[in-house]
Amino acid sequence: MITAAFEYARPGSVDEAQSLLTKYGADAKLIAGGQSLIPLMRLRLSQPTALIDIQGIPGLKEVRRDDGFVEIGALVRHVDIQRNATLRETLPLLVEMANDVGDSQVRNLGTIGGVIAHGDAAGDYNSLALMLDAEIVTNKRRHQARDFFRDIFTTALEHDEVVTAVRFPVSTGRFAYTKFRRRLYDWAIAGVAVQESGSSWRVGYVNLARTPRRGAAVERALAGGASAADAAAQSGSDIDPTGDVRATAEYKRHLAEVLTARTLQQATMAA
Amino acid sequence: MTQPVALTINGRRREDHVEPRLLLVHYLREVAGLTGTHIACDTSQCGACTVLIDGEAVKSCSVFAVQAAGREVTTIEGLAADGILHPVQQAFWNEHGLQCGFCTPGFIMAAAYLLKQNPSPTDDEIVRGLEGNLCRCTGYENIKKAVRSASEAMSGKADGVSGELVGSAAVPVEG
Ligand SMILES: Cc1cc2nc3c(=O)[nH]c(=O)nc-3n(C[C@H](O)[C@H](O)[C@H](O)COP(=O)(O)OP(=O)(O)OC[C@H]3O[C@@H](n4cnc5c(N)ncnc54)[C@H](O)[C@@H]3O)c2cc1C
Ligand code: FES
Ligand code: FES
Repeated sequence: MITAAFEYARPGSVDEAQSLLTKYGADAKLIAGGQSLIPLMRLRLSQPTALIDIQGIPGLKEVRRDDGFVEIGALVRHVDIQRNATLRETLPLLVEMANDVGDSQVRNLGTIGGVIAHGDAAGDYNSLALMLDAEIVTNKRRHQARDFFRDIFTTALEHDEVVTAVRFPVSTGRFAYTKFRRRLYDWAIAGVAVQESGSSWRVGYVNLARTPRRGAAVERALAGGASAADAAAQSGSDIDPTGDVRATAEYKRHLAEVLTARTLQQATMAA
Repeated sequence: MTQPVALTINGRRREDHVEPRLLLVHYLREVAGLTGTHIACDTSQCGACTVLIDGEAVKSCSVFAVQAAGREVTTIEGLAADGILHPVQQAFWNEHGLQCGFCTPGFIMAAAYLLKQNPSPTDDEIVRGLEGNLCRCTGYENIKKAVRSASEAMSGKADGVSGELVGSAAVPVEG
């Protein structure tokens, strides 16, 4: 046995999941794919006293287009995103990110709802949600992504809140994502995403602060007609990286600027 | 506190009482007695523990046994059919796709999954498909060769030795 002991329950509906969270109290946790939670539990960095397994809840695995939005059920896995024809048409940047999340075993289990709820600044989709003004739908309310990611691994979710879907504005302009890492299956040491939206550009930063970040200063420079390189020079004010075992803060700042220029060039060169 | 878990392993149904915190890999090895699935890193990095759940590759050190209730689990022991090695197993043998062999069950499960999704992967797709598995011995070249040769054998395009049984592998394994 590696993790601390816990009770395990499998609700059949979102309502039941919510009441189980209330019943088991503050140390109960939802589990979806388990690909972020189980690694933490094995290290005993997380010791929930009860796990509420939401995998069997029906209705949370759909992807559907809804006017200007594409709504993705919380239990949609990375591998489902990779294979989904609607998403390839409406949100190709998400599909590109999904191709590079972890490895194929992780992608067969991990879910978009899990990424969003975990709130990891290195969770690629979180930066996309932020930069595209996505909405996070729960059993209680709709959150705007810009108000959702509060601090390191901290979101606006309350204890008995269950993410049911993520709604992204359909985004079909030019795009590119650069995920800088040493090994194929690693998380991003630093990541930069760019998406053309109408006549402007959206920029997002992965793992370059305690939370996902939007490249607001870079976006403003681009809107003012700056070149990719000149706009990228503004990246420093959009991020706030800390050093870790993989890279110093200074190196991450350097990466952010270089990768911003490169990613913008890549997106504008791809016709 | 234990609870019942009923699932199918390699085509056989079984039911056990387990603690919810029992990881699937420990359940397979210690409860079901199937020690072909290896544990190397315990940190979701190496893929040595790869098994299939409902036909999809997962790292069994990163799943609780209770999460697999009602599902179908395939381990390395379940790949050979009617005493004949699976083409991926045979190809690892023929192409010398292993040295110490510790990582091998995981690689074979990941490769079998890859070839089911994509029967004729390019070299790059093989590398990408096996990105979740680490080997400290082979340098990966013979592993890639083995997957290529299994792909050819499975699509009937085998030339030369790749598709044939050689050595003691020609003798059916006990099952
Ligand atoms: C080797 C490895 C490499 C990885 N690389 C990457 C990477 O490069 N990029 C990346 O983004 N991720 C990566 N991951 C993490 C992976 O994407 C996870 O799938 C994801 O972070 C969490 O999804 P999950 O479904 O597994 O969530 P879980 O692990 O089940 O849950 C994570 C957290 O979210 C909560 N939660 C889950 N679902 C909901 C819900 N619907 N409502 C409310 N709360 C919920 C849980 O209570 C828990 O706190 C990697 C993981 C591994 C093991
Ligand atoms: S033991 Fe499971 S990934 Fe290494
Ligand atoms: S053969 Fe030894 S670890 Fe792969």
